[in-house]
Amino acid sequence: MAANMFVVPQTVGTVLCCKCGVLMAPNPANMCVTCLRSEVDITEGLRKHVIIMYCPECESYLQPPKTWMKAQLESKELLTFCVKRVDPDLKKFKVRLVNAEFIWTEPHSKRIKVKLKVQKEVLNGAILEQSYVVEYVQQDHMCESCTRYQANPDQWVASVQLRQRVSHRRTFFYLEQLILKHDAAAHAIKIKQMDQGIDFFFANRSHAMKFVEFLGKVAPTRYRNDKQLVSHDPKSNNYNYKYTFSVEISPVCREDLICLPPKVAASLGNIGPLVICTKVTNNIALLDPFTLRQCFLDSEQYWRHSFKSLLGSRQLVEYDVFNIEVVSPEVNIGGSKYVLADAEVARVTDYGKLFYIRTHLGHILKPGDRALGFDLYGANSNDMELDKYKGLVLPEAILIKKSYEEKRQKKRGKPRPWKLKSLDMEADESTRGRGHEEKMNSEYEEFLRDLEENPELRFNLSLYRNKDYQPSEMASVSDVDDVPSVPLEELLAELELSEQEDGEDSMKE
Amino acid sequence: MATRLQFENSCEVGVFSKLTNAYCLVAIGGSENFYSTFESELADVIPVVKTSIAGTRIIGRLCAGNKNGLLVPHTTTDQELQHLRNSLPDQVVVQRIEEKLSALGNCIACNDHVALTHTDLDRETEEIIADVLGVEVFRQTIAGNILVGSYCAFSNRGGLVHPHTSIEDLDELSTLLQVPLVAGTINRGSEVIAAGMTVNDWTAFCGSDTTATELSVIENVFKLREAQPSAIVDEMRKSLIDTYV
Repeated sequence: MAANMFVVPQTVGTVLCCKCGVLMAPNPANMCVTCLRSEVDITEGLRKHVIIMYCPECESYLQPPKTWMKAQLESKELLTFCVKRVDPDLKKFKVRLVNAEFIWTEPHSKRIKVKLKVQKEVLNGAILEQSYVVEYVQQDHMCESCTRYQANPDQWVASVQLRQRVSHRRTFFYLEQLILKHDAAAHAIKIKQMDQGIDFFFANRSHAMKFVEFLGKVAPTRYRNDKQLVSHDPKSNNYNYKYTFSVEISPVCREDLICLPPKVAASLGNIGPLVICTKVTNNIALLDPFTLRQCFLDSEQYWRHSFKSLLGSRQLVEYDVFNIEVVSPEVNIGGSKYVLADAEVARVTDYGKLFYIRTHLGHILKPGDRALGFDLYGANSNDMELDKYKGLVLPEAILIKKSYEEKRQKKRGKPRPWKLKSLDMEADESTRGRGHEEKMNSEYEEFLRDLEENPELRFNLSLYRNKDYQPSEMASVSDVDDVPSVPLEELLAELELSEQEDGEDSMKE
Repeated sequence: MATRLQFENSCEVGVFSKLTNAYCLVAIGGSENFYSTFESELADVIPVVKTSIAGTRIIGRLCAGNKNGLLVPHTTTDQELQHLRNSLPDQVVVQRIEEKLSALGNCIACNDHVALTHTDLDRETEEIIADVLGVEVFRQTIAGNILVGSYCAFSNRGGLVHPHTSIEDLDELSTLLQVPLVAGTINRGSEVIAAGMTVNDWTAFCGSDTTATELSVIENVFKLREAQPSAIVDEMRKSLIDTYV
């Protein structure tokens, strides 16, 4: 349209309402609003009274057919729920909802009133808007889970038995933090610490399934499930089962030495066969310490062969490093750096024998350092896989990590500036006892140390600031950069609600 | 006086009839009710002719005419044309026109002096309209609608137009037509004026849905209260006598 075109101004005229003769602006129905209202009631046929089921125990509402939805009075969720209940009506009568709001009612009147404003097209295209009130009557009806809970609070429907067949609990400490971070076990009724694992109990099979799925995403697991018939009603064909999921985590842990079976080694491009496991998520990262080749095994590949580790973190021996000669430039593999080097080491316990070995830790080890490694010279391994390799020359030692043990001595007993949350776990009979507790504590301490040393490890976890921690004035600067610690920026401030909840949050330093 | 009636349960009486000052055309219906209503109102003044056009009953929308002539579309059969010529008074010229817009009733609105037409009508058609109906022709729209024949109805005394017509358009149209115009509705709020009613200088027929308000608007603007066929003659005679004297 040309801007400078002359346009005749248009004044809207008036017509008489065809029914009552009032002067009005013309509209599609050519009827004044009052007449239109009297002519058509657009709320006709819409339900004004709706009965809703309400569970007084868990304060939730039944969303037919089976879902129970928690909602506060006058909340957004409840409004959505209320509107959803009348929605089929609105669709049926082709009415459009434009507004909905609560009208206040006494909470114990068991009535919820919602004022709905609706629009509908009437009489050749005129759109009429009208508001009306829907009264929802709450009928008390205990939901299925509450009924079950009332009958027997400890009743579970599905249990997940998580196991790792190794001698330490390191993996479970880590998993516990992951579970807390993702709130994966929020639906668990009970969590029980077992020998070599944890049992989780759920009130619902789907919750257990979801949890198993979660585990499959964070660890190389395999699972099988079983069900046990509890009761059944042949007349209505209802069967009541208890489900058990047995989840097994691969026994290969971080910093384990593995002798790969020939088939696996071949399929991974003739790696190893002696490799170090550097990282375990839902797949396993393996590093050949002599060639710095890395490869990944996903859980499916792993469970096809399901090899075990040759030596575990228990068998680590301390070495003194006398000399380091760097062989290769720095290599970056999967986010971590390695340098191949020749090292001259001796066991701390026995200086009589010097070893000239090759290590992948050339970047952190300096002459005079201490390192932890596997003593293959002294080890008496009777591994099946190792026997399959004829003529394999074993190195005398394989270094795994630098040891900070000496420097830590000074810090012993001092609190850390951070802490972790812990799951509320029941202890099994088999895991109780003095010896067990000590072992657990030392393992937990080791786990915390691991966290400090490995930023990669705590990447997925939530560390909280320890309020009780007072940085001592004595701490010198040189102390700080020697021993790895968690930077203050990584810590989270903890959410605090009220005094009475303090007791519930069990905190471990 | 305005009369309310129905054609076979339809209130769109303007579709099934054509009323002018010299004749009235009525569609052939299943029952005689519709015809006899017209007959009882008009029989002693003008001929009421039952006819079809192009074999259909929607004659009001297909033809256009006034006391001088009648225009029928090219789809009209020879028999129908002959029947119309036989039935209508001799001074009424019946003309079949070759126009691709064959619903002439929707495209042309006229009284005895002026016609409003669809903007896309042929120039030849426009000339024929002027010649046969003896009117001045204006190409116009009504409230943005090009089907002027559907959205307005006017006689020599007044007119009713689409309710959305703005005041400026109303002024312009009434200047062209030289009759008072009013925006209004028919058949309980319907804006298709000419489909809901048919009108001449002394009487009007409306669909039976028409409310009392609408009827009173119609009677006022078309000046039907005082109007009787004889009143016109009287008035004319008076003026004639005036000039004589």
